[in-house]
Amino acid sequence: MSLLSVNGLSVKFRQRHQDLVALHDVSFSLDRGERIAIVGESGAGKSVLGYALVNLLMKPGYIDAGSVQFDGRELTKLSPKQWQGIRGKKIAMIFQDPMVTLNPVLTIGAQMIEAIRSHTRIAYKDARKLAIEKLAHVRISAPSQRFDQFPHELSGGMRQRVIIAIALLLNPEIIIAIALLLNPEIIIADEPTTALDVTIQAEILQLLKQICADNGVALILITHDFGVVSRIAERTFVMYAGRIVEQGPTLEIINDPQHPYTQGLLNALPQMALPGQRLNQIKGNMPPLNDQPSGCAFHPRCPYAEERCRQSPPGFVFSGVSTVACYVVEDMLSEFSQYDGGDSYE
Amino acid sequence: MVSFIGRRLCQALFVLLIISVVSFVIQDNLGDPVRQMVGQSVSLQERAALQQELGLNDPLLQQYGRFLMGALQGDLGMSYYYKQPTLDVIVSRLPATLELSFCALLLVIILATPLGVIAAIHPKSLLSRAVLFISTLGLSIPIFIVAVFLMYFFAIEWRVLPSFGRGETTSFLGLWQTGLFNKDGLRHLLLPSFSLAFVLTPIFIRLIRAEMQDVLQSDFIRYAWSKGISAPRIYFLHALKNTMLPVITVGGIQAGTLVAYTILTESIFQWPGMGLLFMEAVTRVDVPLISAYLMVVGVIFVVTNTLVDVVYSMVNPRVRIPGYSA
Repeated sequence: MSLLSVNGLSVKFRQRHQDLVALHDVSFSLDRGERIAIVGESGAGKSVLGYALVNLLMKPGYIDAGSVQFDGRELTKLSPKQWQGIRGKKIAMIFQDPMVTLNPVLTIGAQMIEAIRSHTRIAYKDARKLAIEKLAHVRISAPSQRFDQFPHELSGGMRQRVIIAIALLLNPEIIIAIALLLNPEIIIADEPTTALDVTIQAEILQLLKQICADNGVALILITHDFGVVSRIAERTFVMYAGRIVEQGPTLEIINDPQHPYTQGLLNALPQMALPGQRLNQIKGNMPPLNDQPSGCAFHPRCPYAEERCRQSPPGFVFSGVSTVACYVVEDMLSEFSQYDGGDSYE
Repeated sequence: MVSFIGRRLCQALFVLLIISVVSFVIQDNLGDPVRQMVGQSVSLQERAALQQELGLNDPLLQQYGRFLMGALQGDLGMSYYYKQPTLDVIVSRLPATLELSFCALLLVIILATPLGVIAAIHPKSLLSRAVLFISTLGLSIPIFIVAVFLMYFFAIEWRVLPSFGRGETTSFLGLWQTGLFNKDGLRHLLLPSFSLAFVLTPIFIRLIRAEMQDVLQSDFIRYAWSKGISAPRIYFLHALKNTMLPVITVGGIQAGTLVAYTILTESIFQWPGMGLLFMEAVTRVDVPLISAYLMVVGVIFVVTNTLVDVVYSMVNPRVRIPGYSA
């Protein structure tokens, strides 16, 4: 059984006249220790998905339908008190911008200790020891000194390490004597490296990957950057306008993208353009929530759009490489299968 | 720290210089002090002699220079009415006013903090709507009406609290006449400090509510939720500590104006403090006393602002006064 399974998850934002749909019928699953990526442009609903999983949607957002099962337990029906036991302890989060994630008026130590002591009965002295060990684990220099410092005294890269250390605080390797349960089994990382420069980015990603692998922690990586995805995730989900449009093994998706949107995203990578040439952007913009196109939401920007794309949204088909929601891919597949059937030899 | 205090001291001196100029410029327009000091039967010659003796015939600049020289030596002149050094008169009234302001400020903090926080956390609840409505009322009702109403109900209709004066006081270390350590003194303190608090509480509720709502939207609060820590800790530690930064700044300025409001409160409740003293000095045209009062209030302002800066730097780790470590 998978560790986390999301079925038909829909998220809406309450509005005066008609609620806006931010997530349409999103389904996926995650195995123990698996690393997946959710990719898409800004506004695709990636972060909304991340927050919906831990029930931290900001008002007026709410979960309209669907289920999120964690280890066989339905999460969408938990009370705030029950959520407290899940967040941080079972599912830890790493936020996008380390500069604004830590509370500016509390020391690093205070913010680590409270995470430990909210979930376990442990003496302050031991919690402090554990926190400092974790800081060293994410390769922060002079950890016992950092412990007493405030966030503004640390660089962005260091702050993100602190946040990773906090996510790892309740890891069984170190506090196995207290309870084996206290291991965060899933880490959701929302664009963990966007706000950092490229060299730091690489370091943090390496650290995150290694830590997940070492501890058997599953990872959901939310990003707009395929470069990041290729380095870390085993499977990739491409999102557009609140829907998953393509999903499959990361390598296959990068080498042979099927959906026109995935192709566009990969084409837009700087390394795909020659020096001096303009980047191959996808023309147009992500549609706003209050003005969603009919049919396939991508059709206004799609080079292959046809009349039926405007009429109704396509279902998923398995292309042999990945699972895709696109009429064009569907047609190509059926042509291939006719070809394979041998009828065209006449 | 030393340079910080030094800078503040220069600032204070500059403020006091301006206040002293202002108080001297207005003295010509306040009426004739000699007339206030002597009876009807005193002859014109005697009046002229007194005027000469008090130095009132000298040029204004010379009088001002004399005052300034005295002030530098801690002598703010003699009160015409009390025939005592003005500073001594004011200092004898200082405890009453400071106790009143302190209690009012304490009330403001005790009332405004939880109400502002609740109004920010549950903006649509009945309680926060009621709080906001009442605070709007509070903002628009002047203090003397509130004070008179309180006095009418508690002192006259229900006869549960005294309507004027400070009641019994005890000496604290022989320096300070305090009403805080006996029941009668505390009972006398209730109505005046409550009316004084009534002015500032609505402002603070609104300020705390607005700032807190802002803070609750920030990433670090959402991150705190994602760590699974308890709601009270998030609201009252993570959010409130950040909310307090701007509140302390504005609050410090407002605490200064509290001293100004004591003039009204003390007059209504006949509270024997500096405010009442000032009102009496104005009606008696006791110019040295008026000037001295203004100077003392100036010092209080500078001191509170300095304290506010120190407190702010203690709450906000990103601001450290140079050379000062918490």
